[in-house]
Amino acid sequence: MTTTTPAGPTAPTAQATASTPPSPIAIRRRRTPATPYLLLIPATLILLVGLGYPVYWQVVTSLQQFGMMQQFGAPPTFVGLDNYARIFTDDRLWAVVGRSIVFCLVNAFLTVAIGLGLALLMRAVHGAVRIVMQVVLLLAWATPLVAAVTVFRWLFDYRTGVVNWLLVQIGLEGYDGYAWLAQPLTFFFVATLVIVWMSVPFVAMSLYAGLTQVSEEVLEAARLDGARPGQILWHILLPLVRPVLAIVLLLQIIWDLRVFAQIRLLQDAGAPISETNLLGNFIYELGIGSQDFAGAAAVSIFVLLLTVLLAAPYVRSLMKEDAV
Amino acid sequence: MSAPTVTRRRPRAGKTLLSVLGLVLSLVWVFPVYWMVLSAVTPNARLTASTPSFLPVHFTLANFSSVLGDSGFGGALRMSLMITGVTLVLVLSFAFLGALAISRWRFRGRTSFVLAVLFIQMLPAEGLFIAQYKMLSTVGESAPVLGLNSVLGISILYTATLVPFTIWMLRGFVAGVPAELEEAGMVDGLSRTKAFLRITFPLLAPGLVASGVYAFLQAWNEFTTALVILPAEASQTLPVWLRSFLSASAARGIDWAEVMAASTLIAVPVIVFFMLVQGRMTSGLVAGAVKG
Repeated sequence: MTTTTPAGPTAPTAQATASTPPSPIAIRRRRTPATPYLLLIPATLILLVGLGYPVYWQVVTSLQQFGMMQQFGAPPTFVGLDNYARIFTDDRLWAVVGRSIVFCLVNAFLTVAIGLGLALLMRAVHGAVRIVMQVVLLLAWATPLVAAVTVFRWLFDYRTGVVNWLLVQIGLEGYDGYAWLAQPLTFFFVATLVIVWMSVPFVAMSLYAGLTQVSEEVLEAARLDGARPGQILWHILLPLVRPVLAIVLLLQIIWDLRVFAQIRLLQDAGAPISETNLLGNFIYELGIGSQDFAGAAAVSIFVLLLTVLLAAPYVRSLMKEDAV
Repeated sequence: MSAPTVTRRRPRAGKTLLSVLGLVLSLVWVFPVYWMVLSAVTPNARLTASTPSFLPVHFTLANFSSVLGDSGFGGALRMSLMITGVTLVLVLSFAFLGALAISRWRFRGRTSFVLAVLFIQMLPAEGLFIAQYKMLSTVGESAPVLGLNSVLGISILYTATLVPFTIWMLRGFVAGVPAELEEAGMVDGLSRTKAFLRITFPLLAPGLVASGVYAFLQAWNEFTTALVILPAEASQTLPVWLRSFLSASAARGIDWAEVMAASTLIAVPVIVFFMLVQGRMTSGLVAGAVKG
């Protein structure tokens, strides 16, 4: 991109240096164009080794036959898009894709809605309560994923879990010994609870930070003009945090699309694996489980492309920030 | 004159109501963490009783000693410490140089590099782990120190995953130190390197701490890649070990008190650390990522 036309962020600086007398730094910059490239070598190398080669390997492998013969050292044969055709005509894959998309959207919107609610609430409550809320959110945010999922397994344990106990206490006898994680629907309900519980703090804190940027004078002016709290919320606060809201929602969608660990850990409790797999788990089963590396590579490429597509608006907004 | 007092009093009544709501929600949100710690200090026999107690009335530390006595815990702790340490050093040094390059120079290919970095940081581990597994298992055949189950192998993968975001985060901090400060130092007779080391570098310390904490937490808590790349029981990190510990316990009908003690041991140090540095870190995250 930039190698042909140094547009965008480069242009303003060039103008600035042209109109002002060149400072020593500007001279130094022009004289030693090698320095930034040298500085980037370690980062570039590690990216090429750790991520670049794996992506390359996946592209190549997804176009090859990678069966039993290849496991034992036979040279792989090029089969074009056969693996893609095989995987993408498999009903199992589409079931997983559909499930992943629904799960992702439900979780992302729930997380953002609850996060927004909490952020607005934090604005409205007494100072001490706000601190309590922030500490509690930080606690949930800081809890390591594996510990969080393990705790939720305990909360929803069918024999001695506290959730079933509480439900029985309020008169729902049917939940005595109810195995939440044994059926897909209740399994995903618990998975959603874990993910929302873990993800809301980031959303709430980011949105709260955005809300505090709204100047008090604007709000005071609105109040003097007789705006009700609802009107202030709808016509001032929400439009002002909309950029943050959009970014946070997008990030949440991207993150929830790649849920793997939570599902894997909850499946350990005896869930029907094939009915609860999401995309990441499907790749894991295919590759590590049944050693179908070509198929797993094809699905991985699909996931990577989907991520890049989804991430594009986010990256564009960050690039704008970089240009400033 | 009456109108303002009315509008002022009505929000106050509402404020109290909302504050109560805020407290109730806080209780709901904190409950899983509370329940984890409470279960960890309760004998398992009490946990399986028909009526759970919501206060630590049967306080015990026995669960912790049996977790610490587990043969796997010490090894997993050592593995986690080594991997996190190596990753931290690599990430911080590589990302620091990268951040310097993109925030202090405008050069050909800069925009492409930034673009690549931003996209790479979004790539999911789930879309790469099969290839990384194959790569390390192949490398491991000739060089076991870099292969599956090795500290270095997974540290390289972690570094690659964390370098992009860390560059981006540090870039904000480096850009926050005006180059003019360095110039002033040079005018006063410092060499370029000295000006950088004496003026810019100390001002970057908070940024390095913030990104270091971020990288530490990511590497310490990582589960997915560790599960795939470290299949041997002897090379498990703490998160993967916790899963095995639970599975092993499940074979005997799950001792939830012990499992919660293990979770607490893993979670509480991280939580405390996170709380101590969160002010710096959230401001770093916000400065680097979400908002300028």
